[in-house]
Amino acid sequence: MRRRNGDRSAVRRGLAALAALVVAAALATGCSSDSGGKRARERAEQEAAAGRADTPRITVALITHGAPGDTFWDIVRKGAEQAAAKDNADLVYAGDPSPAEQSALIDNAVDQDVDGIALTMADPEAVSGAIARAREAGIPVVGLNSGLDAWRDAGLLSYFGQDEALTGRAFGDRLNDEGGRHGVCVVHEQGNVSQEQRCGGVAETFDGDLETLYVDGTDMPAVRSTIQAKLQQDPSIDWVVALGAPFALAAVGSVTDAGSDARIATFDLNPELVTAIEDGDIAFAVDQQPYLQGYLAIDALWLYVFNGNISGGGAEPVLTGPAFIDEENVDTVADHARNGTR
Amino acid sequence: MTAPAAARPAARRPFARRLLARPETGALAGAVAVYLLFWAVAPPFRKLDSLATVLYQSSTLGIMAVAVALLMIGGEFDLSAGVAVTTSALTASMVAFQFTLNVWSGVLAALVLSLAIGALNGVLLVRTRLPSFLVTLATFLMLQGLNLAVTKAVTGNVATDSIRDMDGFEQAEALFSSSFSIAGTELRVTVLWWLGFAALATWVLLRTRYGSWVLATGGDAASARAAGVPVTFVRISLFMTVGFAAWFAGMHHLFAFNTVQSGGGVGNELRYIAAAVIGGCLLTGGFGSVPGAVVGAFLFGMVSQGIVYADWEPDWFAFFLGAMLLLAVLLNLWVRQQATRRRSP
Repeated sequence: MRRRNGDRSAVRRGLAALAALVVAAALATGCSSDSGGKRARERAEQEAAAGRADTPRITVALITHGAPGDTFWDIVRKGAEQAAAKDNADLVYAGDPSPAEQSALIDNAVDQDVDGIALTMADPEAVSGAIARAREAGIPVVGLNSGLDAWRDAGLLSYFGQDEALTGRAFGDRLNDEGGRHGVCVVHEQGNVSQEQRCGGVAETFDGDLETLYVDGTDMPAVRSTIQAKLQQDPSIDWVVALGAPFALAAVGSVTDAGSDARIATFDLNPELVTAIEDGDIAFAVDQQPYLQGYLAIDALWLYVFNGNISGGGAEPVLTGPAFIDEENVDTVADHARNGTR
Repeated sequence: MTAPAAARPAARRPFARRLLARPETGALAGAVAVYLLFWAVAPPFRKLDSLATVLYQSSTLGIMAVAVALLMIGGEFDLSAGVAVTTSALTASMVAFQFTLNVWSGVLAALVLSLAIGALNGVLLVRTRLPSFLVTLATFLMLQGLNLAVTKAVTGNVATDSIRDMDGFEQAEALFSSSFSIAGTELRVTVLWWLGFAALATWVLLRTRYGSWVLATGGDAASARAAGVPVTFVRISLFMTVGFAAWFAGMHHLFAFNTVQSGGGVGNELRYIAAAVIGGCLLTGGFGSVPGAVVGAFLFGMVSQGIVYADWEPDWFAFFLGAMLLLAVLLNLWVRQQATRRRSP
């Protein structure tokens, strides 16, 4: 049925008036929240704002293997941005999980003639060619987050990150202290070397049995139901080891639905995970401090460009983890995690 | 460039109109527009080195897009093309490493396997009479699983071991992944292979009997069969052509990066299809062009690198990519409509 034009515009005017009324009412009643929300975040940002260096403006690139929209890489980027703001530098950020695409992004940064490159080496062999081209162009390169065994050979100045295998071993020791007997290590990205290293490290020191469970990390409902199925299939599992905060949180639902007594521990943090540790849903998390990785990498480039300093002396990595976070110390990091910087 | 069965004799139409009616002309217009846009907003994009980077990225996509375009003109889809590239690279690497053979043995083994996967896709399609979308979706998932499971079972890891120090590596690297200098700019050899394969495919499609069989099969398989076209042979051979291209792309990946991660390649199949479609291939088959697919791949490479050169916010990357491709395709369509519009009497 077609209305005449006059009717339609009258309806539209009426709707607009109604919407304006609702908004005005909401504002007028002054029902604002005294905690959290955007205002709290703005306060935190003001507190974090630092002074700025008076060195000439430079451009630095941060090129990761992080997929767009990944919370972890967002924190790395925030750290890098904070350092860039303080060092009077322009930060160019780009990331792609595929080694070939990441190589192209490094070439792209070289074409842009940046003053320094910070990068991750999830697949050291694959990006070594692009790194060599960057060094030929006389651009200093530092590594962060992944590539602990390869950064020296690739000719990087410094490395900021954690040793995944070492962290895994510390994780396994912790499970022994907790009296774990049968764990399941949830790999959410099949084919990711650092995830395999983490599970391998846990298996090395853990005295109980450790199984690997593959889940499809891009499909959260599937993650939750796969872990649940595993717990139902084998009731003797008493620890779920997640390799990322979102997967640990999904596992909370799996444990509840499966009626299992298994406890959950994870690598890496996010804001909800802090709450889950406070509530006792998750036992502990190992934090590799991504903000610190991004911050130190960019700062190291600035130090090298303006003062020739080499962080870590060019021989040793600068470790940013493992930092254990559990019920005892969770309140010291809670606010930072909720601001998305820890 | 294409030879759609035109009802009217082409010679009577003016040259400009004939040019506009070609499927790749619209894509070319889109590519020129996008090139000019990035030229204007991104100073680093203007350098020859940057163009070489763009061409390299386009070529790795483009080699596959050429074969996928032929397949689509023949009326079929291949969703397994993305992971098939990884399968090929993994096979060559593992055969060479595990048996400590000259890497060329691995390269040959991978070629046989890639052609076999193509043939399997074709035979399944012909035998089951299911749509190729379903058949290749199944192959895609099976290959994705095999890539991981076999790699893990054989190497104990999720990525292959480096074969850089093995016999034959340097020769293979020279063939599949070297670079050469033109006027001080390093150009990758894949760009030449890409253009070479495209020229060959164009010639086959337009100048050989096989090419007319492909067009006929994609246009209307039943009438083609009635007219004596070996439709079954055409379909299986087209899938094997995609298999060959997947082998070549996989070899490039292996010799450019030395190690292969078993989870790679997922999602690329859509990029190949997108490049072919941007280049004027119809999703329904029977119409399209190889040079169009070349331009489509170039457009894809240009947009994905150009966004980075322009230093646009990377969070918006996928949005920009999608929007640019949509604009390019709309321009393509508009150009084609201009071509087929009747002149007012």
